[in-house]
Amino acid sequence: MKNDWLFAPGHGLCAGCAIPIIVKHILAISGENTIVVNATGCLEVATTEYPRTAWRVPWVHVAFENAAAVASGIEAAMKKKGEKANIICFGGDGGTADIGMQALSGMVERGHNVLYVMYDNEAYMNTGIQRSGATPFGAWTTTSEVGKANPIGNARPKKPVAEIMVAHRAAYVATVNVAFIRDFKKKIKKALNMEGARFIHAISTCPTGWRSDPSKSIEIIRLATETGLFPLWESENGEEIKITYKPKFLPVEEYLKVQGRFRHLIKNPEYIEKIKEDIKQWWRRHGVEI
Amino acid sequence: MMKTMLRGNESVAYAFKLARIDVFPMFPITPSTLVPEMISKFVANGELDAEFIPLDSEHSAISAAIGASLKGARVGTATASQGLALMHEILFIASGMRLPIVMGIGNRALSAPINIWCDHQDTMAQRDTGWLQFYAESNQEGLDLILMAFKISEDKRVLLPSMVGLDAFVLTHTMEPVDIPEQSKVDEFLGKFKPNYRILDPKNPATFGAFGSPRHYMEFKYAQHLAMQAANQVIDEVFEEFEKKFGRKYSKVTEEFTEDADIVFITMGSCTGTAREFIKMKRKEGKKIGLIKLTVFRPFPKEEMRKALKGKKVVAVIDRNFSPGFGGAAYGEVLATMYGRDGPKIIDFIVGLGGRDITFDTFEKVLEIAEKGLESEVEEINWIEVDKEAVEKEEMI
Repeated sequence: MKNDWLFAPGHGLCAGCAIPIIVKHILAISGENTIVVNATGCLEVATTEYPRTAWRVPWVHVAFENAAAVASGIEAAMKKKGEKANIICFGGDGGTADIGMQALSGMVERGHNVLYVMYDNEAYMNTGIQRSGATPFGAWTTTSEVGKANPIGNARPKKPVAEIMVAHRAAYVATVNVAFIRDFKKKIKKALNMEGARFIHAISTCPTGWRSDPSKSIEIIRLATETGLFPLWESENGEEIKITYKPKFLPVEEYLKVQGRFRHLIKNPEYIEKIKEDIKQWWRRHGVEI
Repeated sequence: MMKTMLRGNESVAYAFKLARIDVFPMFPITPSTLVPEMISKFVANGELDAEFIPLDSEHSAISAAIGASLKGARVGTATASQGLALMHEILFIASGMRLPIVMGIGNRALSAPINIWCDHQDTMAQRDTGWLQFYAESNQEGLDLILMAFKISEDKRVLLPSMVGLDAFVLTHTMEPVDIPEQSKVDEFLGKFKPNYRILDPKNPATFGAFGSPRHYMEFKYAQHLAMQAANQVIDEVFEEFEKKFGRKYSKVTEEFTEDADIVFITMGSCTGTAREFIKMKRKEGKKIGLIKLTVFRPFPKEEMRKALKGKKVVAVIDRNFSPGFGGAAYGEVLATMYGRDGPKIIDFIVGLGGRDITFDTFEKVLEIAEKGLESEVEEINWIEVDKEAVEKEEMI
């Protein structure tokens, strides 16, 4: 069978990692006339070990925190030369929500014609499961260890990066989940047909860091949405967000119990209650009573 | 020839305009802020057809410079001091990716204590980042060196970025008569920019900034070493071509009054002018002193320096920078260059940090120690015009 994915197989990403699924579907939509800028992270390290590459489109990696700034420069050069192509940034939650936040904020504020995609596996997975600003409440990581003195793990709520991008009045902001592929493709197509700074937040299973079964990766992120924990929505030009999928609101335990990073919570139902309350509050703010 | 009164920053901005840069990513910082302000004006009034990107930090500015350069644009930017330090991480990547970006620097001290005035600590701290380094004595040199830096950096044998230093305030904010070359002559000199390296092109996809394992990393670094060596030759060629076209002569190492000199001063940047006048005065008194101006610091002109220092008795290296735990940076380079040769006594002088003026008095003190050095042993590292007593009394700790 001919393989004509622009993101080629043969890379070194882990079995069950959702990143390659996200990337290959996005490139399939954007096509050959695309330039990719990649922040340092799993995707970059595992796909470009010299002299091999998994990228069939022009691709550049400069550093961890500056993909959005590099993309700004590429876009400016293209403007000067009168060229047109999709510029897509891929960054993990570390490269986007934390160390790359300033560069991203600047790129979106200046309105560069770039699509920025954050693949969010909710910790620094490339360096080995350290917490990030996007790590959810209650998750174990190697820098939010669980023990007698800390039964919670990560005690802080997840940084709402996509909502921060809405506050920047980005041309388009959407959350996506490859387990909901129709919604995913529709949003990517829409984003690629728009001008200006666009931001996509894609949840991405990391079996290594989430301590989950690699064969269940898609089912697990489907549960993230179906429990109401990772809502699917979109927003244009800073407008009120629009829910694009109404979840079944399954009990959040369904999602937590299949991941070792939340195992300690089972013994601490009050923390699970807090997660449930946070879900309820989020949906209430957006006009849905659970 | 009509000359225009220009501040150093204006020289740099005019040079970028004459080079017809395509993209100017920037973040303002004292003392180089006037450069982006002028480029903004050139772009706004249609004098320069370039994309101006006001970024969120110097780190982002140099990152955007890499993106634009890799898309095939001629790119310039300007910064100083803390801004250059913030760029540090990305400077290695610009040279490692072999991109001919040119940057103007308003040489300024680094914090702490915070200080906006001149010294060379900022660029000296970047000397191992793989960028070519040039230091201007005057605003004319600032303009000329930026133009030449593009030609040198873009040469296929080099493909390395360049930084051109102009002393904070002494040059950046001081008016001097400058010959702004005609656009047509600069166009002839530089040619229309056509990247002679692979760029981000959807019709010809390539991967840039890949992951280099121990099996491959070292060869990339060796290639940079060869490019730096080649730059030595290319700099001479470009200096010569520039002289033919514009009539101004440049050398990596410029010798004045050195023929009969026992003692030579090595200077960089604007204090060269003061040193020259001081030396002229002293020569009238019969003292055999000479001057060596160091214009190119990376690649370090080892051969030229060895030739210039042959037969000298004492060398006073005037360092407007300090590497704590060692001494001045230029001193270290000169010492290493001369090691194992039957050469002169090399003495280091730390002067003018944080914008402290370098005057005839300064050089009197330098000369006094250098002359002592003709006869006897003297201190290796000499801090000139420092209130040592205040420091000893712990007032400064």
